[in-house]
Amino acid sequence: MAETVLSIHDLVVEIPTRRAVLRPVDNVSYDIKAGEILGVVGESGAGKSMAGNAVIGLLNRPAHIKSGQVLLNGTRIDNLPDEKMRKIRGKDIGMVFQDPLTSLNPLLRIGDQLTETMLAHLDITKSEAEDRAVAALEEVGIPAAAERINSYPHEFSGGMRQRVVIALALCAEPSLIIADEPTTALDVSVQAQIIALLKRLCRQRGTAVMLITHDMGVIAEACDRVAVMYAGRLAEIGTVRDVLTEPKHPYTEGLMASTPLASKGQKRLRQIPGSMPRLGALPTGCAFHPRCPKAQDACRMDPAPTLENGAACWFPIDTDQKVSA
Amino acid sequence: MNALISISHLTRIFDVSKPWLNRVIERRPKALLTAVSDISFEVEEKTTYALVGESGSGKSTIGKMVVGLLKPTRGDVTIGGVDLLRETDRAKVETARSDIQMIFQDPYASLNPRWRVRSIINEPVAARGGDTKGLAEKLLEQVGLSSEDASKFPHEFSGGQRQRICIARALASEPKLIVCDEPTSALDVSVQAQVLNLMSDLKDEFGLTYLFISHDLTVVQHMADKIGVLYLGRLVEEATPKDLFDDPKHPYTQMLLAAAPKMDGFGREVDPPQGEIPDPINPPSGCAFHPRCPLAVDRCKQEHPEMRHLRNARVACHLAE
Repeated sequence: MAETVLSIHDLVVEIPTRRAVLRPVDNVSYDIKAGEILGVVGESGAGKSMAGNAVIGLLNRPAHIKSGQVLLNGTRIDNLPDEKMRKIRGKDIGMVFQDPLTSLNPLLRIGDQLTETMLAHLDITKSEAEDRAVAALEEVGIPAAAERINSYPHEFSGGMRQRVVIALALCAEPSLIIADEPTTALDVSVQAQIIALLKRLCRQRGTAVMLITHDMGVIAEACDRVAVMYAGRLAEIGTVRDVLTEPKHPYTEGLMASTPLASKGQKRLRQIPGSMPRLGALPTGCAFHPRCPKAQDACRMDPAPTLENGAACWFPIDTDQKVSA
Repeated sequence: MNALISISHLTRIFDVSKPWLNRVIERRPKALLTAVSDISFEVEEKTTYALVGESGSGKSTIGKMVVGLLKPTRGDVTIGGVDLLRETDRAKVETARSDIQMIFQDPYASLNPRWRVRSIINEPVAARGGDTKGLAEKLLEQVGLSSEDASKFPHEFSGGQRQRICIARALASEPKLIVCDEPTSALDVSVQAQVLNLMSDLKDEFGLTYLFISHDLTVVQHMADKIGVLYLGRLVEEATPKDLFDDPKHPYTQMLLAAAPKMDGFGREVDPPQGEIPDPINPPSGCAFHPRCPLAVDRCKQEHPEMRHLRNARVACHLAE
């Protein structure tokens, strides 16, 4: 059994505002093991990026971690001072963001950005770092890496830039990578390349990956386990196969059924009525109940239960029953 | 069935050169970008024709030329029998124009934030001097909002609701054709389903024709009656969704379908497609897809393939069979 790299316990992120205290992340717990890809999926406003930012300590004030713990390789990192956290970012946790152009410095050559990162985090000499930079670019599939190392970010295409960002995230050999919508800005054919690359590199190095996305198709292809978020809470967590083929939470089921991929020739798509509630106006009880086809009185009164049967729902979909019915 | 839109040999070239003085000093020739190159297709009345392609394939440029936001460099756009560019009778052009509306990708950018929803929806009719009494209220209810929403401002609505307002505005002048440029790609999946269902319902109700532009193959498969696949400004394949997805003929279509994520593709280990879309300013010779094509032979490098009929589809490939 691989060891646990990242462990989040009952994480709560709060944003105090003049009217109310908002909770974009509410009581979220999950683990990621070495070499495992955990997908975090949800619609906009579900808190999936906020949870990722909380892990790497990049919450913007006034958002802050209210309670809960974040453990990286067994040590707490949620209460570290900024100075120490900066050492961890890049060294122990690598990051890949949605837009590769804004995550690279446009004024520095690719090679300088890679060597700078390595010199800051690893105990190596400049020439070693330069050799490693070329190797890193070769590894992410950039042709003629030795020449391209002197190019600026604008000289690369979108897909190539995202490869550079991945090389940059991996160059200090982190144990965890947080990839926030890494393929959303890319075309389908390039997206397939980037996903294949992420999968291959993480398998080889045993890096844990937190893959934040809204695309169920990407989750199905890339991840080992998936966590579904709704209005700041985890709705469901489990292996990709279980969650996607036998969803227990009505939200997961609705989300799956509403993708055109699942329509299979039907004239109308299944739709979830309404939209995600605003954080300032969360409904009482289970946040999903106004949109849920199975909502009962308990759902309106009591907050949804914690993830005991794999889904935070009072009336999870019983897959055995479904088969027999 | 009559063809509502008929497009023949449509071409659009953009001049992307540096300013004149820079060109003289650096001794560079003009840089021309062929965004759309010699495209011909027809859209039948009351059907949905979808254009799919990756970025830079020219799909939005075609949409803009159909509604008249851009002038073609060469070729014709005929809508309802009226050639919008060459028809000299102004009245005819005006009527044809009022039959065309457009829905844009970003519902946040396509509604004027300082106008009330009522004025936004009434504008296409008011601009032509039509009667707008009660129009906005009626349309809002038809797109699933309430008539009281007419006096609100756009910022009071979510993305999905805004897209409904855009649809209501498009319907106001009772058009025959709506050009939809990525209407759901800024929306969440569950909201996307609502908007797509609404669009199908309205199509049946009003007898609309859609020219549907999207990069999302799954949306297109669901919505379209006919699909045109674009690559680097050229139409490479045209078929019904069933033919296209069951029996893709062009190697690019095959590559796209293989690369698209699948819901049941757990841990699928595929060989991702090779290479990227080439630079449209210096496109490859012959067939633009040949550097990435697994089948390419010498002929593909020299000779551009013409569109030809193959079983139930049209395909532009020397080797497809």
